[in-house]
Amino acid sequence: MIAVPCVSPDGKPTKSGIATLSALKSGASTAKAVSDVTGQPLFKVRSGLRELVNAGFVKQVDDKYQLTTEGSKLVP
Amino acid sequence: MVILMEEKTDEIRLPLIGEKAPDFEAPTTQGTLRLSDFKGTWLVLFSHPADFTPVCTTEFIAFSEIYDELKKRNTELLGLSVDSVSSHIAWIRNVKEKMGVTIPFPIIADLNKEVSQKFGMIHPAQSKTETVRCVFIIDPESKIRTILYYPLTTGRNMKEILRIIDALQTTDKHKVATPANWKPGDPVVVPPPGTTEQAEERTKEGYDCKDWYLCFKKL
Repeated sequence: MIAVPCVSPDGKPTKSGIATLSALKSGASTAKAVSDVTGQPLFKVRSGLRELVNAGFVKQVDDKYQLTTEGSKLVP
Repeated sequence: MVILMEEKTDEIRLPLIGEKAPDFEAPTTQGTLRLSDFKGTWLVLFSHPADFTPVCTTEFIAFSEIYDELKKRNTELLGLSVDSVSSHIAWIRNVKEKMGVTIPFPIIADLNKEVSQKFGMIHPAQSKTETVRCVFIIDPESKIRTILYYPLTTGRNMKEILRIIDALQTTDKHKVATPANWKPGDPVVVPPPGTTEQAEERTKEGYDCKDWYLCFKKL
């Protein structure tokens, strides 16, 4: 079994995944900025962002992240 | 009948102090992590022989107790054993239930021994199936700065791990060395001079010099 912090096995973001998506929506665009906003450790944010990118909720350009249309639907 | 079996072992060179730590991607109790996820922070990567064993349980409690002190030093913890994520989770829950201690850091489930072999954590003369008690202190640039190995029967000393991190960070910040039994606040060692001119100059620096090659200063 592989534990996932940001995307659950059913493909939906977990609580920390939603927190990361909310941080991106509020303007954070780097892993460090998301870490600062959410209070999650940087390593966990990097790992979570990777999952969110793979799940199609976030897109990455170099070291910057932004929500996809799909990801935007998940955070008010 | 005697069957001769040739045991094939892949030779893996162990990473040494000063070298870049080998990257990996591994399942942990906090998701799939890469070593590179820790870039920018100090990291204490440590292995333990097995979940649900007595010495390891005392160590995990002790590591949890210094977790806040490590965070103050911009340092993360990452445990490892060759158990599964499910086993780790069950053990963490048991420690919480029976000992009242929350394990706040991730633990690698290295079932295929990929990470433990990269870091030389399995010492076959001790155990062919379990990792010995290793500690790798890795700096924010992913460089290995300290390696400690303990046998299966000896639990680690958390104060020493904190002391090493303090010493390394002091060295990086002030370009000094730390003497035996140093602890924060104690005088530090000024690096020895490389030339006769430097040796002469340092006598005027106001250091506490026992001789030209052994000088202390307060930070």
